Amino acid sequence: MEERPFSDISYRKFLDEEKLMGSKCGKCGKIYVPPRHFCHECGSSQMEWQEIKGEGELAAYTCIYIGPAFMAKEGYGRKNPYCTGVVSLAEGLRVVARIEGVDASKPESIKIGMPMKATFLHRGEGEKARTFLAFEPA
Amino acid sequence: MAGKSKRKIGRGVAIVGAGMSNFGMFPDKDSKDLFAEAFAEMLASVDKGFDPADIQAAWIGNFSNDFFVHQAHWGPIIADLTGIAPKAVTRTEGACASSTLALRDGLMAIASGMYDIVLAGGVEEMSKCTTEEVTEGLALATSPYEGEAGYTFPGVFGALATAYFHKYGAGREHLMNITIKSHENAPLNPKAQFKQTIRDLMEAKKARAAKKGEPVPDWADEKEALFDPSFNPPVAWPMHLYDCCPISDGASCVLLVAEELAKNYTDNPIYVVGFGQGSGRGLHACPSLTSFEANKQAAAEAYGMSGLKPKDVQFAEVHDCFSIAELIHVEDLGFFPEGEGYKAIAEGATRRDGRMPINTSGGLKCKGHPVGATGTAQMYEVWKQLRGEAGERQIKGKDLYIGATQNLGGTGGTCTFTIFERR
Ligand SMILES: [Zn+2]
Repeated sequence: MEERPFSDISYRKFLDEEKLMGSKCGKCGKIYVPPRHFCHECGSSQMEWQEIKGEGELAAYTCIYIGPAFMAKEGYGRKNPYCTGVVSLAEGLRVVARIEGVDASKPESIKIGMPMKATFLHRGEGEKARTFLAFEPA
Repeated sequence: MAGKSKRKIGRGVAIVGAGMSNFGMFPDKDSKDLFAEAFAEMLASVDKGFDPADIQAAWIGNFSNDFFVHQAHWGPIIADLTGIAPKAVTRTEGACASSTLALRDGLMAIASGMYDIVLAGGVEEMSKCTTEEVTEGLALATSPYEGEAGYTFPGVFGALATAYFHKYGAGREHLMNITIKSHENAPLNPKAQFKQTIRDLMEAKKARAAKKGEPVPDWADEKEALFDPSFNPPVAWPMHLYDCCPISDGASCVLLVAEELAKNYTDNPIYVVGFGQGSGRGLHACPSLTSFEANKQAAAEAYGMSGLKPKDVQFAEVHDCFSIAELIHVEDLGFFPEGEGYKAIAEGATRRDGRMPINTSGGLKCKGHPVGATGTAQMYEVWKQLRGEAGERQIKGKDLYIGATQNLGGTGGTCTFTIFERR
């Protein structure tokens, strides 16, 4: 039984371990990713961890030419755009995530409805190490 | 959606004065200078005269001058500037909807009987930062999950646009109708940041190319230019430069009084008859990628409070931070059916001479978007239009008595809808 609190901090630690984890309401069974403290369906706070398969399809996307500093540090910019999107998961949920394995400089080649699978991007080192959720075409 | 909420304003509230600074990029002006411009115009706009010493309290919207100019705590600064000190001036923050939240606090304060005469306004000073810095500063108001996925403000709206295009069969050419329309209204607004039509901008680009001895583009029309990335480069595809509002400095304010006092100040007050506000959960948790849940909440509350329906609203200022946002708003507010807005816009319905004029001011796109000042600046336009004082951009051929403003904060995290009436 997983005992971590249902927090964003726990969610990110799971990403470090290459696991996409959500919270499942112990009362009504509704699943949330990222995890929630409270169920929006029934108001319960009895949550349990639920591993998410990481399979779904692309629901929306954008190819960004002017990004924040942390993306610029990865080499992205006006001449090298990156893609980020929204993925509808097999569990009937939605997550926002970076989209890898597509040509962000040809946005019209990227199609809503494309089957996607989760991948994990490890960035930075030591105390600054972070893992970002991403999806790539399945 | 209309009529569900029965919440009422406990005591009527009217606007009896309004002012706004010029919007633009002003290296030689700071937030105080800009707010002074708005405040001076507001005082001069009160038909029967007004003594600023009669202001009992004020609320000032400001999103992020902390980030943009490294100064927080704007309440007392504005209190000192305007002479409202030592009475209370409080800052409100709801990202780009910050000054509508100031209006809301003023409305509740008068409706409750706590005060009779208050000021609501906003200010933002953004242009002293680079584009990259402003993009990062604004991204602070995305949902945290969006921010870490690399989303920027235009990025979130770009993603919504792809979802809308996919669901309803619209395309970039439909969003261009919104941009072209805003650029047609703005030259008639002396306070707007960009006063050129798209045609003007095309001619200017051609003249520059000719002067430099470069090939002169021969675009057939506005859309051909807007499809040309040398004229309209991508920012967060499908959002391009001309889908996006600019970086701006500016301030605005309105004077609110209890209904029974209104005629002391003007024979032509504008009453606040409906107000609603909603909160949105972000792209991962919102019910739809082609509407804003916060808009629907705000609209239901404001229509319910006022007893009015979407068809009663004769014109509106809506929050077109990005072209796709204007399209989604006019559907969320019930002006057009979902998935039909882009067709109505293509037929000219939202032009100044259309059946539902939207953003006669030029909108955020052309008027400018100093984020904390935008909400009460939208109200300034509605005030001008309802009183027949909008000059060359006055909506013609209609007896205007109901107008509305819709203000969005962040990426839909906060939405407000306010309905105004001239009686
Ligand atoms: Zn539940």
